[in-house]
Amino acid sequence: MKKVDVLVIGGGSAGLAAALSARENGAENVLVLERSAYLGGILRQCIHNGFGIHKFKQDMTGTEYAKTYLDRTLEAGIPYLTNTFVVELTKDRVATVVHPEQGMYDIHADAVVLAMGCRERPRGMLLIPGERPAGIFTAGTAQRYLNIDGYLAGTRVVILGSGDIGLIMARQFVLEGASVEAVVEILPYSSGLARNISQCLEDFDIPIHYSSTVINIKGRKRVEAVTVAQVNRNRKPVPGTERDIECDTLLLSAGLIPENELSKQAGVELSRITKGAVVDDTLQTSVSGIFSCGNVLHVHDLVDHVTLESESAGRNAALWVQGGLPDTPRSACIPVSDGDGVQGVVPQYIRRTGEDELVPLMFRPRQPYKRCTVCIDLDGTTAVRKKFLVLAPGEMSRVSIKRSLLAKAGSVTVRVEVQV
Amino acid sequence: MTKELVCIECPMGCRLTVTLEDNAVVDVTGHTCPKGPVYARQEAVRPLRVVTSLMRASNRERPFSVKTAAPVPKDRVLECARIIRNTRFPAPVRTGQTVITDVCGTGVDVIATQDVS
Repeated sequence: MKKVDVLVIGGGSAGLAAALSARENGAENVLVLERSAYLGGILRQCIHNGFGIHKFKQDMTGTEYAKTYLDRTLEAGIPYLTNTFVVELTKDRVATVVHPEQGMYDIHADAVVLAMGCRERPRGMLLIPGERPAGIFTAGTAQRYLNIDGYLAGTRVVILGSGDIGLIMARQFVLEGASVEAVVEILPYSSGLARNISQCLEDFDIPIHYSSTVINIKGRKRVEAVTVAQVNRNRKPVPGTERDIECDTLLLSAGLIPENELSKQAGVELSRITKGAVVDDTLQTSVSGIFSCGNVLHVHDLVDHVTLESESAGRNAALWVQGGLPDTPRSACIPVSDGDGVQGVVPQYIRRTGEDELVPLMFRPRQPYKRCTVCIDLDGTTAVRKKFLVLAPGEMSRVSIKRSLLAKAGSVTVRVEVQV
Repeated sequence: MTKELVCIECPMGCRLTVTLEDNAVVDVTGHTCPKGPVYARQEAVRPLRVVTSLMRASNRERPFSVKTAAPVPKDRVLECARIIRNTRFPAPVRTGQTVITDVCGTGVDVIATQDVS
């Protein structure tokens, strides 16, 4: 059986950063598996700017950011296989792969880094009634058709959901000469970045309707119109507020789901909140030697954060291979839970002893907050307080705790305290 | 004269009031942090945007991505996009290579943001 030290599944931003970091930290035999024909992942279709501001202190396009890591990967001579699909992964870290020329075979890895990314929520998950004509795309699919293949998905567009990909596509359709009739958001606020609301919608006078949703799709062969209605607090349509917006295309930008089919096969415990693996502060999953990072662990807003997280996963995978990371059972870790106003803290477990003194905890608020304090409670007693001017569900936030404070703790809770 | 702006530097979204005299900013209020006035002083007088778009290759089916090498005035964005859309440039192209010089008289070049063979 083919053997490697560190097997990285997924050749996108997370996978390449993890592979480079594993190599830099002493793992000799690293292999990256990528199912598409190219390395680079979703950034290949992100031609807009706004990337690299934290990591490189400059404003890059997604394609430029991807090239940086692609060049580094090639320079470091890290082996990779494209057009390669992992069909099975076991808890003993044996991956069964299918390659167009090499056929189907098994690879045993001392450590595995899961870096498979995420997928968009499709129409079926949104339960929109109506016809099933052509012209309904997820925003990322329309982005792929345009930026990779060169086809514009439509000429009169309505966008459901105000996620960042939808906002970016609104602007791009206008720049390509199409018209964007409206963005429709079911929540009373946007899940996208403030910058994108301003520069993708307001710059082009594209209206955004909050607390509204699409309740019907009309058209037999091609989309002809969508019916939009306001919703009440329970997100139910308010009778009498329906109106039709003529369009030939409906884009869906309503959330991303980590793609964890392989993780499940390997018996990795998943979180119901993040839909990604439950990990400790080394980003190790419930299965020894299997690590997770990037959008397959939890959906990020900024690739800069994906890179940082994945470098950590790669470093820890390399340490594991070299015997430098003790196998710590979950029973010996401190569980971390979501408190008031907080959703999806990662990691979900912290080891009592570790290499890094400062343990970062990533989370999203359940709703927008202004001038609040994020508290880290140890067994119900607040140990860390950090003030935030603003917290938004669209932007992942972070608090850190010193490991030395945790020596005797039985549980850790992260919560938001609103000042009165 | 005053102008109302929403600051985009962070999710706080401060509502800024900019006071202008002879098209020069004399006062900014409503900000929470120092980023607000910096943003407002540029945005109220001469808003600038980087244009990112696609260019069709004259000898290749798939397009490649481009951007303006520097921000251009906001009111020229659509014009720049139209020029980019209607220009054909032969592959191969290297990231950073100039594909249009001085787009729309802005003094800014359009450069490739992708390698194509």
